[in-house]
Amino acid sequence: MNAFVSLLALGDLFPRGVLPYLIGGLLVGLGAAVIYLATGIIAGASTFLESTLSYVSSVERFNRFKYVDSRGWRLVFTAGIVSGAAVYVLVSGSGIWTTDVQWWRLLGGGFLVGVGTRLGKGCTSGHGVCGVGSLSNTSFVSVATFLAVAIGTAQLVQAVGVVP
Amino acid sequence: MNGARRSPLFLPLIYVGGSIFGFGLAISGMARPEVVLDFLQFEDLGLLFVMGGAAVVTGITFAVATRGDHVAPLTGSSYTRRVKALDRNVVLGGSIFGVGWGLSGICPGAAYASVGIGNYPILWAVAGMFLGAYAQGYWRSLRSTDTEPVTETPSD
Repeated sequence: MNAFVSLLALGDLFPRGVLPYLIGGLLVGLGAAVIYLATGIIAGASTFLESTLSYVSSVERFNRFKYVDSRGWRLVFTAGIVSGAAVYVLVSGSGIWTTDVQWWRLLGGGFLVGVGTRLGKGCTSGHGVCGVGSLSNTSFVSVATFLAVAIGTAQLVQAVGVVP
Repeated sequence: MNGARRSPLFLPLIYVGGSIFGFGLAISGMARPEVVLDFLQFEDLGLLFVMGGAAVVTGITFAVATRGDHVAPLTGSSYTRRVKALDRNVVLGGSIFGVGWGLSGICPGAAYASVGIGNYPILWAVAGMFLGAYAQGYWRSLRSTDTEPVTETPSD
């Protein structure tokens, strides 16, 4: 009986099951691993923002060698991410999907993500996947910080009744 | 990553790796802000398996590749780990990132993948990220001309 109850509780924690998450995660890791093994590059998704800004901005900070040197392959990497997701839509037959989250949440949240990831030296892929995979203390601190703050923020947003 | 030593296969390989990465993000549901918000509101903890599964794969890869003196075939670069300096910017930036992530349910990689699944409203978030990164870089440029040059920290 106890085992049954805990199974039910597990079902509550994972209403969509575990498999899509796990397969997705393994593929995200595989994509990063393929690039790393072939090139030695530890790919993160957020430096694309700065390296792409170097094409259009004369601000010195965006035109440092490391951004200008890497902006070409970062564009290709990001194009790969976009098209890989598009291939998923085609092969799964799921059709295109759009969010109901309101535009101001996307814009405002995106802005803070843009500031925070640049100040904090990485994002969910840089720190969360590659940094944690490197057993980097800095990345553990980063992940613990952004997870705790994001959980608090999302709960607060829900508590004040912002939906979607 | 000396450009002259890059193999002609360099960019195609990056593209393939990015595609696998994006395909995984789409399967996982992370390309949907609603799924991320469900995780942060404890309604569906599946996202643990996305980050966990990905970190296990990169962890094993890094551990194996950094053993010995191998170099990457397409660039001649040596294999390193991703280790960055821990300073208060990591905590401050992580906190700002956390507020943004919790408010919107989007992060950079997932946002690009979201474009791929046809989620055009996500362009608000992509625009926001570029504005945020620009604001941060602009502010730092101003600050570094006022005072001593800011110590460079590697960042990707």
